[in-house]
Parts: sequence; structure tokens; C-alpha cells
Amino acid sequence: MAGSTLKIQDLHVEIDGSEIIKGLDLEINGGEIHAIMGPNGTGKSTLASAIMGHPRYDITQGSVYLDGKDVLEMEVDERAHAGMFLAMQYPSEISGVTNSDFMRSAINSGREEGDEISLMKFIKKMDSKMDELEIDQSFSQRYLNEGFSGGEKKRNEILQLLMLEPRIAILDEIDSGLDIDALKVVSKGINSIKSPDFGCLIITHYQRLLNYITPDKVHVMMQGRVVKSGGAELAQRLEDEGYDWIKEELGIEDEKVGEQA
Amino acid sequence: MSVDTKWTYDENYVREYSQNRGEPEWLTEQRVTAIRLADELNLPKPEKTNIKTWNFTEFKHEPGELSAIDSVDELHEDVQKLIDRSTEEQNLIVFRDGKPIYRTGSDHLQEQGVLFLDIETAAREHSDLLKKYFMGSAVDVDEHRLTALHVALLNGGIFIYVPKNVTVESPLQTIYWQDDPEMGLFNHVIIAAEDNSEVTYLENYASFNREQSAAANIISEVYVGQNAKVSYGAVDHFEKGVTTYVNRRGRVERDGYLEWALGQMNEGNTVSDNTTVLQGDGSKADTKAVSIGRGDQSQNFWTDIIHYGKNSVGHILTHGVMKDHASSIFNGVTEIKHGGTKADGQQTERVLMLSERARGDANPILLIDEDDVTAGHAASVGRVDPMQMFYMMSRGISRTEAERLIIHGFLAPVVNELPIQAVKERLTEVIERKVY
Repeated sequence: MAGSTLKIQDLHVEIDGSEIIKGLDLEINGGEIHAIMGPNGTGKSTLASAIMGHPRYDITQGSVYLDGKDVLEMEVDERAHAGMFLAMQYPSEISGVTNSDFMRSAINSGREEGDEISLMKFIKKMDSKMDELEIDQSFSQRYLNEGFSGGEKKRNEILQLLMLEPRIAILDEIDSGLDIDALKVVSKGINSIKSPDFGCLIITHYQRLLNYITPDKVHVMMQGRVVKSGGAELAQRLEDEGYDWIKEELGIEDEKVGEQA
Repeated sequence: MSVDTKWTYDENYVREYSQNRGEPEWLTEQRVTAIRLADELNLPKPEKTNIKTWNFTEFKHEPGELSAIDSVDELHEDVQKLIDRSTEEQNLIVFRDGKPIYRTGSDHLQEQGVLFLDIETAAREHSDLLKKYFMGSAVDVDEHRLTALHVALLNGGIFIYVPKNVTVESPLQTIYWQDDPEMGLFNHVIIAAEDNSEVTYLENYASFNREQSAAANIISEVYVGQNAKVSYGAVDHFEKGVTTYVNRRGRVERDGYLEWALGQMNEGNTVSDNTTVLQGDGSKADTKAVSIGRGDQSQNFWTDIIHYGKNSVGHILTHGVMKDHASSIFNGVTEIKHGGTKADGQQTERVLMLSERARGDANPILLIDEDDVTAGHAASVGRVDPMQMFYMMSRGISRTEAERLIIHGFLAPVVNELPIQAVKERLTEVIERKVY
């Protein structure tokens, strides 16, 4: 099967009445890795959460389609079943629910009754993915994100990514708070699911993640819009020169938008 | 005034009842005194819950003819589910309407000198020992009408005695099954753990009658000797018709440790008092209680740890889920008495509201009469966190399933503490049934 296509057109998003995303277009196809970069407060994380259906965000205009299906009409869990995944910047902690129970419920939610993953198969898969991400086996019996360090939470998001095998993944600042070794491990995990069936949108402040995951396309976001797009070389230039040259080029004085992220 | 003072049970009745059971004279006399007190004393007044119209006094006191059974298979299906049949060493007594009808126990207990006896037998065969603990320093007969009534009409229960330096390896389990729908249960539990001993106890209260009205009046006394450890687990699940007064008290001596894990799942109106006195220096108590309120039931939970000992440590964790029209008051009390230096008292009450019409109050109370201590509390009443829901649903989990996982997680602190797998599973089932 060919990869999926996520098509975002003229997207406008508000939080509590103030507009954060002001007309954004983006198309991600299976097999492609996109990176959205930009300084703080330009709407990057809002974009990620809004696409997944965050309860606080209102989409006031525009459309999001996954393989021709209207994503904005779907409940959050339906979006996941359609093949979407969001690795969150600040994952919730859920006390009393083990990582392993959570993961198994998530996998089974996408399956028909009677077709649930067998316990053995599940454990085998989870063990091997945990090994891949250099996560201690005790992790699976800990409560979901409770008391996890920042780095552990990020690894856990990637573990879920590898377990759930979505068609389109959005990774929201998956690199923040990771030391260089953890960054390598996480990147390796993401690279391991690269395939023509997998499309990915990486949101990041820093170019350093892109040293390990080569993007096909790089977009710069300012003032709630994509203001510049290019290839991997754009990320490199941003690393070397910062964002000021883009602001100058486009005549932007304040790149931020609405309330601070 | 006149309605609730009309007595079916009088001095002559309790005297005769006691004598028919072959009880020692001291117990008969205590009962007689208690029935007089019951006449004079008032009902307890739990904060913010009016219990004046609750039925504590209308019930049958003696069961019909009950004979012992030979096999677990003869028990009610839901009682059977509480029994873990996979383990070899099992110490279990099943009571039906106050009478012990089934028991299994290892000989090892006897060799160790451990007593694990129904209270009727204990009164006849170990009168002096029972007298030492019965209505001892943990609870007074004249606290209010219900404590008095309890002593006067006591009709079931257990006596556990663990001698010095003895560790009881496998848990002691009791099941108190109210079978006759009109039967009043006056159940008394005593655990006396001598110095350096260790025991785990797990009790289940169960009834299956939803309509008829009856009362349960329960008192537990737990005495934890120096450096002894007692783990006390309970799952209460009386049906709707049963009004419950349950009073679980503990007293812990130097370096002793008392652990409570209470799953309070009654369907009817309930007043619960769980108080632990940390008497000795370095004594510790860890209290965890969970409950679910549904329908139009009203419940009042008083969870209290009183510190006398220096360096004593008391932790309280109470989690309640509220739905429908149910109303619950959760009082968490940390008392540190003068002289309890370096004591540490911490408590958390959390209430999860699943309905607009339910009521759940969390009242943390700190009463501290000593400067050199650490004490803290956290209380919250709230709904399911929308961010948690978003997170779980973003992984494909449906709203219903996400809520289910969150609720089970919320109640896990007690479920996970229970020492017998079968009871854990049964409690999980009960939670499932109560919430959906």
C-alpha cells in the first residue's frame, strides 16, 4: 500500500479567542520527513496539538484531510485509528495505569474484538522496542509517565510511536531536554520506522536533531504561518545564522504570535 | 424521639443470648451494661452527614439453622469468587450471618501458637486472652449508641492472636457473608500482634440483597506490639439495603507498623471511622482507602491518625469516586499530640466527580500540638482531567475506555495492596460494576 497523505489547507486556530495559527498550508506524504522550525512562540506546538484535536484549541477556518478523509470531523481516538500520532511535548501522567496496560489498550483499540494482540506477542514486541530505545525493562510496569524524568517521557513517546506504527506522526519537540546520547537513541528509533508508508512532521527549535534525522523538507514558522520552506540545507543555514536573516528578508519585526506558548 | 428508642432487645434478651452461646460471665455482664448504655446514649454525629433517620436498629439478630459445609462449592457463587483456590496453604474462615460455616487452615498456625478463631469459640476457649483485648484501649463501649449496641448484640467475628516473634507467612482471610436479607451483622474483629510478630489479614464483607433493609455494625480492634507489623486489608461490599456503621481502630506500640488497605464499596449508607493511634516512639501507620459512591447513597468517612510517639510516621491516602446523586464526606485527620516530636503526618484526599449532581467533600484536618514536626496535606475535588483524556485518546483509546483506565488507576493504590489475588480481581470487578 502506498503511503498516506496529510493535507492541511488555510488552517486557522484560536486559543481562548486569540488566533495563533493564521492560515497555514502543508502537505505531508508517506515516505517524507518534514521539519518545522522556528523560534519560540510562533505557533509550532499549537499546530501539532490542533491537528490531533486538543480540547482547548478551536479551528476557525481551513481544513485537514488524511487520504481524503476530513480529520476535523473525527474524534481524537478516530484520528489515531485513521493512522495519526502525536508525540507530545508534555505528555500527561496517569497514576495507577501501567505503561504496559496503557500500550496494550492502545494497540487493541485499533483492532476488532476477537483480534486483540496476544499477550505473548505484545510482550515480545514491547521488549524488543524497549531494547531498541535502551529503556530498562522495569519501565513497562511503571505508571504511565508518573515520576518520569523529561528524557524518560520523551523516550516513552517514541516507544509508543514504535509500538503503534502510525502512518503519519507529528513529533512535538521530541528533542527538548535530551542529552546527546538520548538524542541519538531517539533518532535511531525514529529512523527505524522510516518507510514509504510513514510520513513524519518534526517540530523543533534546534537543528541538532536534524543531524541524525535528515528531513526532506524544512519549513520555518513565524507569526502563525509557514514563512519559508526548503530542503535540509535550510536547517543547516538556520543553525549557522539564526533566524534574523529570514526576518530581514521578509520584513518581519516580531516573529511571535498571540499568547506565548 | 420515641420512634428510635423503641427496643426489641432488652437486658433479659442479651443475657439469655450470651448464656446460650456459653459465653464467660465477664462478656455477659459487658453486654448487659452495653444494652443499658445503648438506651441512654445518642447516635454519633458525623460531620456534615445526618444519620438520624438511618436504620441502625431494625434487623433480625439470630440467623436460622445454619450448618457447616464441607466444600467451597456449596457457597454462593459470588462468595466463591473471593477464595483463591490456587494456593495450597490457605487460612480462611467463611461466616454466614455471623456463624462460621467453612474453614481451612494450616496446622502450621497451631504449631506457631497463632490463634485464628471465630469469636464465639474464642470466648469459650480463650476467655482470659480475649478479655484482655475485647473493647480494649482502641475503642470504648460508651462512645455512642452504636458502640454500645455493638457490644450488646455482637453476633460474629474473629479473634487473631499472634505470639511474640512469630511471623505468619500466608495471609489470614475471612469472609463475612450476610445471607439472610434481614440479618443484622454485629461483627467484631480483634487482631493482637505481640512484639516482633508479623501478620497479614484480609476481610471481605458481602451481601447480595438489594431491597430489604438491614444493618451492619462492625468494630475492629488492631493491637500492634513493639516492632510488630500488621497489614490489614478489607473489601466492604454490602448491598443497597444494608446500613453500615464500621469502626476500624488500631493502636501501635514502639517501632510497630500498621498498614490499612480499605476498599469501601458498600452500596448502602455508610458511616466509617478508621482511627489509628501511634502510641510508641517510631511507630508507623499507612492508611489507604478508596470508595465509590453511586445512586443516592450517603457516606461519611473519618480517617484519623493520632501521634503520641516521637518520630512516629502516619500517612493517609483517600481516593473517592462519586457518581449519580451520591454524597460522600471524606474527613482526613492528622493529630500530633504534645510530646510527639519529630513526628511526620501526611495526608491526601482526592475526589473524582463523575456527575454534576453528586457531592464529594474532602476535609483535611490538622490538629498539631507540637512544634518540632512535619505535617502536610493535599486535598482536591475534580473531574477527569481533559488533558489526560486527550493524551489517551490520541493513542486510539476510546473516551469510555480512557475514563475506565483513569478510574481504575485512581483506585489502584488500594487494589494493588490487597494480598490475595482473587480478592483483588473481585474488587476490580466490583469497581467495574459500580462505575458503569
